[in-house]
Amino acid sequence: MIGKVWVFAEADEDKVTTATLEMLTKAREVGETVEAIYAGQANAEAIATTVGAHGATKLYVIDPGDGLPGQVAAAGIAQLVAEQSPDAILFAQTYDGRDAIARLSVKLDKPVLTNGMSLSDEGGLAFGTAIFGGVTLVDAKFTDGAPALIAVRPKSFAAEPSGAGPAEVQNVGTPDAGRAAEAKVLDHHVEAQQGPKLEEATVVVSGGRGIGSADNYGPLVEELAKLLKGAWGASRAIVDAGWVPYALQVGQTGKTVKPKVYIALGISGATQHLVGMKNSDNIVAVNKDAEAPIFSVADLGIVGDVHKVVPQLIELLKAK
Amino acid sequence: MNVVVCVKQIPDPAVPGSLEADHTLNRSGKLILDESDSYGVEMALQLVDTAGGGEVTLVSMAPNNEVSGLRTALAMGAAKAILVSDPALVGSDALSTAKVLAKSIERAGGVDLVLTATESSDGYTGTVPAQVAELLGWPAVTFAKHVEIGDGKVKVQRQTEAGYDMVEAPLPAVVSVTAGVVEPRYPSFKGIMAAKNKPVDQVTASDLGLDASQVGWSGARQEITNVEQAPARQAGEKFEDDGTGAEKVVAFLEQLKVV
Ligand SMILES: Cc1cc2nc3c(=O)[nH]c(=O)nc-3n(C[C@H](O)[C@H](O)[C@H](O)COP(=O)(O)OP(=O)(O)OC[C@H]3O[C@@H](n4cnc5c(N)ncnc54)[C@H](O)[C@@H]3O)c2cc1C
Ligand SMILES: Nc1ncnc2c1ncn2[C@@H]1O[C@H](COP(=O)(O)O)[C@@H](O)[C@H]1O
Repeated sequence: MIGKVWVFAEADEDKVTTATLEMLTKAREVGETVEAIYAGQANAEAIATTVGAHGATKLYVIDPGDGLPGQVAAAGIAQLVAEQSPDAILFAQTYDGRDAIARLSVKLDKPVLTNGMSLSDEGGLAFGTAIFGGVTLVDAKFTDGAPALIAVRPKSFAAEPSGAGPAEVQNVGTPDAGRAAEAKVLDHHVEAQQGPKLEEATVVVSGGRGIGSADNYGPLVEELAKLLKGAWGASRAIVDAGWVPYALQVGQTGKTVKPKVYIALGISGATQHLVGMKNSDNIVAVNKDAEAPIFSVADLGIVGDVHKVVPQLIELLKAK
Repeated sequence: MNVVVCVKQIPDPAVPGSLEADHTLNRSGKLILDESDSYGVEMALQLVDTAGGGEVTLVSMAPNNEVSGLRTALAMGAAKAILVSDPALVGSDALSTAKVLAKSIERAGGVDLVLTATESSDGYTGTVPAQVAELLGWPAVTFAKHVEIGDGKVKVQRQTEAGYDMVEAPLPAVVSVTAGVVEPRYPSFKGIMAAKNKPVDQVTASDLGLDASQVGWSGARQEITNVEQAPARQAGEKFEDDGTGAEKVVAFLEQLKVV
C-alpha cells in the first residue's frame, strides 16, 4: 500500500460527483489514509458526509472566492502538500480537475499522468492508460518523488461506500493564487437539462450522423431515451455539426458512459467513440451499413434504416 | 492586439498510430496541423481583425524542424511562427511541452492573448494550456465556447457540465477553445503562396534557455512497464432488418428487464 492518497473532490451544488466517489473507492484500495480536497461554495457538511461515507477521513475546504475553482485550488493544494506530504493526488479528468492538476504540476514541478484508467500499488504506484483512442493499453510507473499527480478518466472504477462517518472538515480559506485568481466567474448559465445524467443513466441512447439531420434528434433519439427512462447522447460528428450541445458527446473527447444498455443509432463506431461506451453492459446498434465497426462491439446489431426501425421501436414501447 | 496560437503538428489521425521501441509516439511520417488547433487560429485571426491591428504569431514544438502544419496555419493568415525543434525534446511530456511553449511565448514578446485547443488530438492530456498560464504567471480560462475582447479583458463563455459560465479575465491571459467556436477558413490560393515566404523562427531548447534535463524523456519522470492491445469486445448477434428489427430490440430489452 502507499501511504496518503488525496482526492480532488468536485460537487454539483451539494451533490458530490460520481467521478469523485469512484476515485475515493479506488484510493481506499491503494492507500492507507484517504483524504479529500474540495474547492467551492457548496455546503461543506454535506460534502464531508458523502466523501466520509466513501472513505475520506478528512476534507480540506478551499474557498475560491469568485475565481475559477480549479485555477485557484492549485495554490491551496500546493500549500497543503508542503505541510502534509501526500503520496498521490487524484483528480478527475474534468474541466476543473484539469485546471487544478495542471497548475499544481507547475507549482510542484511534477509531471502529470493523464487519462488514468487503472491504478495499483504493486511495487510502488503503477498506473494504466489507453492510447490511440483506446486500442493500446500502456502501464507506467512514476519514477519521481511524491506526490504522484494523476488525472483519472471518469467511469474507470466502481463507486462503493465504505459506510464510514463524515470526514472531519478543515477550512483552508482562500489561498493567494496570484493572477490565476483574476479569471472571475460572473454568472452561471444552466441549459435546461431533463432526465437522468449521461454518466448515471441505466439506459443511454446516442445518435450519430446517420440520423440525417438535427431535426431528427428529438423524435428519434430523445424520444426513445425518454421512453426507456434513459439519457441521450451523441457522436462527435453531430456535436461538431452543431446539431446538439457538446455536453452530450460520448467518446475520447467527451463523456465515458457505462450504462446497463447503450443504444447507438446511426453511429459508425470510430475508435474515439467506442472508447467512451464499449464498457457498457449491453450494446445495441442500428446502422444501415452491415460492415460498420459499431457492430463489432454490439450484443444486438440491427442492419437497417434508423428512420424505419426507430419509429417502430417507439410505437412498440408506447403500446406497452 | 497580438495573439499567439499554440499549434501542434501531429501525425495524420486517419493513419493508425504506433510506438517506437523506446515507447515514444512514432512521428516519422509527415505531420499535419492538428485540426483542433485550426479553431484557435481562426479565432485569433478574427480577434485581431476586430481589434483593427496587431498580428497572429504561431508557436509550435515539433520534431525534425517540421513546418508543414505551420504552413497551413500561415496560409490561413497568421503572420509568422516560432518553431522549436530539438532532439533533446523527444519524449517531452505535457509539463516539458508547456515549459517550451511558455519560453517561446516570452520570446515572441508583447503578447496580449494566448490561444490553445482544449486538448491535442494525439496526446489529449488537456493540461498544457493551464500549465503554460501558470509558467507565465497569467490567468487562464479553459474550455471557451465563445470569446470576446474589450476594455483590456477577455470575456469567455466557459463550457460546464450544466451549460456555461460567463468568465472574465484581464489580459494578458491564456484561453483554450473548444472545437466549433468558430468555422475555420480554408486557406486561399493566395494565402498558400504567401505562406511560403512568411518568417519561421527556428529555435532549439537551449536558445530558449532550457536545460536538457528539464525537458524530453528525462523531464517526463515515468517508466513504461507494459504495452499491449486492449482486449476486444465480442460481437453478438447481427440481423438484417426485415421489418422485425424493432421487435428484436424490444425482446432484448425485455430480457434485460429495462422495459
Ligand atoms: C482526436 C479525435 C477525438 C475524437 N473524439 C471523439 C469523441 O469523443 N466522440 C466521438 O463520437 N467521436 C470522436 N471523434 C470522431 C470520430 O473519429 C468519428 O469521426 C465520429 O465518431 C463519427 O461520428 P458518426 O458515427 O456519427 O458519423 P459517421 O462516421 O459519419 O457515421 C455515420 C453512420 O451512420 C450510418 N447511417 C447513415 N444513414 C443511416 C440510416 N438512415 N440508418 C442507419 N444508419 C445510417 C452510416 O452507415 C455510418 O456508419 C474523434 C476524432 C478525433 C481525431
Ligand atoms: N507540441 C506542441 N506545440 C504547440 N502547441 C501544443 C503542443 N502540445 C500541446 N499544444 C497546445 O496545447 C493544447 C493541449 O494539448 P494537450 O495538453 O497535449 O492535450 C493543444 O491542443 C495545443 O493547442
